[in-house]
Amino acid sequence: MADLHNYTINFGPQHPAAHGVLRLILDMDGETIKSGDPHIGLLHRGTEKLAESKPYNHSIGYMDRLDYVSMMCNEHAYVKGIEKLLGVDVPERAQYIRVMFDEITRILNHLMWLGAHALDIGAMSVFLYCFREREDLLDCYEAVSGARMHAAYYRPGGVYRDLPDVMPQYEASRWHNDKQTAKRNENREGSLLDFIEDFCARFPGFVDEYETLLTDNRIWKQRTVDIGIVSPERAIELGFTGPMLRGSGVEWDLRKKQPYAVYDKLDFDIPIGVTGDCYDRYLVRVEELRQSCKLIKQCVDWLRANPGPVMSDNHKVAPPKREVMKEDMEAMIHHFKLFTEGYCVPEGETYSAIEHPKGEFGVYLVSDGSNKPYRLKVRASGFVHISALNEMISGHMLADVVTILSSQDIVFGEVDR
Amino acid sequence: MDIALLCARVNERFCGLLQYCEIHNGELTIEVPAADIHEVCLSLRNESAFEFNQCIDVTAVDYLQYGIAEWETNDSSEKGFERACERHRVNTHETWTKPRFAVVYHLLSLERNHRIRVKCFLEEDNLALSSVVDIWASANWFEREVYDMFGITFNDHPDLRRLLTDYGFIGHPFRRDFPLSGHVEMRYDAKAGRVVYEPVDIEPRVTVPKVIRADNRYQSNANLKEGE
Repeated sequence: MADLHNYTINFGPQHPAAHGVLRLILDMDGETIKSGDPHIGLLHRGTEKLAESKPYNHSIGYMDRLDYVSMMCNEHAYVKGIEKLLGVDVPERAQYIRVMFDEITRILNHLMWLGAHALDIGAMSVFLYCFREREDLLDCYEAVSGARMHAAYYRPGGVYRDLPDVMPQYEASRWHNDKQTAKRNENREGSLLDFIEDFCARFPGFVDEYETLLTDNRIWKQRTVDIGIVSPERAIELGFTGPMLRGSGVEWDLRKKQPYAVYDKLDFDIPIGVTGDCYDRYLVRVEELRQSCKLIKQCVDWLRANPGPVMSDNHKVAPPKREVMKEDMEAMIHHFKLFTEGYCVPEGETYSAIEHPKGEFGVYLVSDGSNKPYRLKVRASGFVHISALNEMISGHMLADVVTILSSQDIVFGEVDR
Repeated sequence: MDIALLCARVNERFCGLLQYCEIHNGELTIEVPAADIHEVCLSLRNESAFEFNQCIDVTAVDYLQYGIAEWETNDSSEKGFERACERHRVNTHETWTKPRFAVVYHLLSLERNHRIRVKCFLEEDNLALSSVVDIWASANWFEREVYDMFGITFNDHPDLRRLLTDYGFIGHPFRRDFPLSGHVEMRYDAKAGRVVYEPVDIEPRVTVPKVIRADNRYQSNANLKEGE
């Protein structure tokens, strides 16, 4: 009888379906996975160590680069932690702007996920559609912060600036003549809020399009139904949060259960799955797209009706206006202190968690009373999810590894930090 | 659930065992001796008053430089802060009296919707702790990370390997005495035809000094919120 050995496959770290830089050592029995050992850390940049050597505000930009497809949500957890330690109040308008951009970010994240997930399974066209819509939302990011991705828009005490009254428009170029450009600018004639409102009106139709392509698609269901099942009990034990937990049928969403910002004033539902397989996680995230759209609509209506400050007037934390600075000595001193030394945060520690598109994103801050965080720990949901990868893929086929991995919505920026 | 009620219940259940049990910023923190961590965690998960069924996070803190600043703030200084200089250390705080390392657990109960932070201080000569992987499966990688970054070992951990650092890495980077720029740098050596490691040639520099101001500028504001 032939001497049979298990076969070991090295998956990644450079592999299109590894969602970045995952190295996965797979122990195979034929085409069945015996076990998988994920090697992470190839994108480890020491964000937490770097933050210890910088004033608090300097690290906001690092937060964007953690989970680099849901930038503003990361910032939210971080600034919320600082605000809690400082005891600074955030104006209500800033809270609504934050919630609106958190939900825009959730759509951005889920669109990226949906496109990449479908691409991993073999459906090319969904990716193109998802990126078409992402473009509009990235324009919203750019309109408020000047950056398409790494916004650094949330600051302790509020947001960097109020929403712009005009939406930037396309200009005619070699590739688009005046007539085409006028058509592309049709929904950009008004303010940013007009543009977002128009997007909210269009978006449910787009979600229907994605669903037409996937939800009842026979191939899609063959690849995802009953793949990577996690029972609700096991999902809790494994520390799953967000859509991974909800996909397994556990009704848990920090926006409902431990509301922050103004989520308790808004109306939305939490979708949950039944079997806890890849297909359920897909359905949960698609429904979250629709719910986010509903939330954005409510925020737009509120923001239209309620103008007001978007930044705390505590100038020990938030910079004074430039015009004021040129007239007022005290404002000048505040500005100087803030931009050279930063602010000293009272001694203490806090854990600030938000419902990030991928799950619970938490920031544990320890302050010793100085202008730099003494310790910053980022609790990334993806880290926990990928630690359960071995358990989820064992016994499945090689092709399912890719499905399961991408159904976890892994981004290595936050896993490796 | 009411956090004060939880605090009272925890106090009652583990009376005598806890070194600290207080609510700050609306968060409950307890300190447990290293020898009792497994037993306390098991009770926190199993007993119906607590039901902490999720281990949200396990991490560690190195208190080596706690309360030590790089810039004198009490008196006016004679010279400015020199950038790119050797760090000048001033003690503006009372010195840290507790052990150097702390392992911090953040627990969450989905059933009862409450959180708790469990801290466990470790003496430098005995950096070992019972693993809680048998209580919460999610602690597995968190403990590996703490081992990798701080060099704290977890007894009875099923697979205590380094997690985030490079293969063959030496040292524990998140300790406060580990330099920010590290000890070695890596480059591709065209002559040797392979990747080589060399000692770093970057001078450590501080662009913004760490200061501790005890003028309590925000304290009043924070206290107001506490009192609400």
